Amino acid sequence: MTVAIDRATGKRRGDREPKPGPAGRLRRGYQKHWYAYVMIAPVAVVLGVLVLYPLVYGLYLTLTDANSLNTARTIGVNHIDATYKFIGLDNYADILWGPTAYDRFWSHFIWTIVWTATCVALHYGIGLGLALLLNQKLRGRTLYRLILVLPWAVPTFVTVFGWRFMLADGGIINSALDALHLPSPQWLEDTFWQRFAAIMVNTWCGVPFMMISLLGGLQAIDASLYEAAEMDGASAWQRFRFVTLPGLRSVSSTVVLLGIIWTFNQFAVIFLLFGNTAPDAQILVTWAYYLGFGQQPRDFAQSAAYGILLLAILIVFTSFYRRWLNRNEQQLAI
Amino acid sequence: MTSTTAETSAPLSEQRSKTPRRARRRGENTLAGSLASHGILIVASVIALFPIAWLVYLSLGPDTDDYLHPGGIWDKMTFDNYTFVLQHTQFFDWLKSSLVVTLGTTAIGVLIAATTGYAVSRMRFPGYKKFMWVLLVTQMFPVAVLMVPMYQILSDLQLIDNYFGLILVYCTTVIPYSAWLLKGYFDTIPFEIDEAGRVDGLTPFGTFFRLILPLAKPGLAVAAFYNFLTAFSEVAFASTFMLSDDKYTLAVGLQSFVSEHDAQRNLMAATAVLIAIPAAVFFYLVQKNLVTGLTAGGTKG
Repeated sequence: MTVAIDRATGKRRGDREPKPGPAGRLRRGYQKHWYAYVMIAPVAVVLGVLVLYPLVYGLYLTLTDANSLNTARTIGVNHIDATYKFIGLDNYADILWGPTAYDRFWSHFIWTIVWTATCVALHYGIGLGLALLLNQKLRGRTLYRLILVLPWAVPTFVTVFGWRFMLADGGIINSALDALHLPSPQWLEDTFWQRFAAIMVNTWCGVPFMMISLLGGLQAIDASLYEAAEMDGASAWQRFRFVTLPGLRSVSSTVVLLGIIWTFNQFAVIFLLFGNTAPDAQILVTWAYYLGFGQQPRDFAQSAAYGILLLAILIVFTSFYRRWLNRNEQQLAI
Repeated sequence: MTSTTAETSAPLSEQRSKTPRRARRRGENTLAGSLASHGILIVASVIALFPIAWLVYLSLGPDTDDYLHPGGIWDKMTFDNYTFVLQHTQFFDWLKSSLVVTLGTTAIGVLIAATTGYAVSRMRFPGYKKFMWVLLVTQMFPVAVLMVPMYQILSDLQLIDNYFGLILVYCTTVIPYSAWLLKGYFDTIPFEIDEAGRVDGLTPFGTFFRLILPLAKPGLAVAAFYNFLTAFSEVAFASTFMLSDDKYTLAVGLQSFVSEHDAQRNLMAATAVLIAIPAAVFFYLVQKNLVTGLTAGGTKG
């Protein structure tokens, strides 16, 4: 295990190589780097052209009042030139503290945070529990693993669709609740239950990834550590606390970060579950999409400004997260 | 190396447990413990399976409102919905679009990501850390940030309503994570192999293509699987960038189906099941590699 960590950080390579003279080092370095740059060039080009350029362009759009009525467009044979104008930071000011800013931005912001925290906690908790169960010597564990990964294998839009049947007013879930004499909530109409349903469906979709990743992490923990702990008389809980959890650290910190990023930007579940019918259950991403593409006229500038704000939130969060990891001397697997 | 350690521990503890009063082996449960494990796993499996099984069951009911009284379906099960969808809708157009876009994304994404993953796994070039940071940040791009400008750019290039345009868009989301994933996998392939290749006179490219790629098949399978699923189930870009209904992907097609045939939920269910099949088949093909790949590399540090 320790070897693997060293390899990931590349320390071992550095230690191992014989030190050539400065000129030789330069030449060798140049040689090595030349290959490296050629190898990353395709991705660098793709990201530069398809991510960086649109990003800069999007950033520019947020400083204008562009919408679908004043951008350049072609109707039939007539080409209409863009007429939107530069308005500086007005979009951001309007979103963050303009009139009704709370209803448009802050309420969605709070719900997005709650959504992300709850979903990731559930993903991780359930995923870890199932991974621990699957890591035992157990009859039929391959079959269990195969079944439990299934929600990941079926495209989200299909599963969400199935859930919509189940959550509908007369659907199986409410029928079952009725049969048990429990209250049957209006899953797809009432705000609280919409949110509850969204978290439930997203948890169902997201657990398999966590489970498989953590299972990978568990299998990478050296078995001799457990044997040593057992000889020292460690109880099951102590083995979990002092061998399993530290062994999972780098996997955990990575999948939790990815989970947070993905859940924060989770578009499909909420969009497909409610469409445009649930303004209060929209997280920031779906709300931004609604502004840019779900209404007429389409408000491109505000939509892009939401996007930039979302990106800023995530980058700030990730920077702090990494710093926090570094302080605890944990490794992020990048 | 990871899986071998787990396996070799078994015979070790077996030897030790040949003492007369057999101690419980490590990793072996008491009866109660294993019953509880099975119990929890069965419940979890049921929860994982049920929504899909239920969708399949509903798709067999001939009437539009059957999902509201599912008990009645049992007596009148039929495949009529499937024949209708296959014969009277644009299902095959959508399937074709989906396959073109998905396979294109998978192939391009894996190819490009593989060289990058190898480079960041083996070579410490100046700017390495920044590059990894860029790959991570690219994961964070919400649809809304890129969609508006991409829409403008693609329409300037006349790539709206064009398969290639959609493939390009998907590559931006798929490549950074694939590169990351593959880097993790390449890290687990012993560096000695590279050195052996170099001693035998191979260039880094030669080492990569002739030695490392064949060894990295499970990792490549995971990346391919991830790319396939991402492209296959993406909705936002596809529904915005594909305009003519014979170029819809399945995800968009199903959505349009919802609004056009709103009352015919039985047909929608059948379509959904038909869509899930190619994904499930693909999943079945790669699943053997999937766990090995993720276990060995994937997210491990």
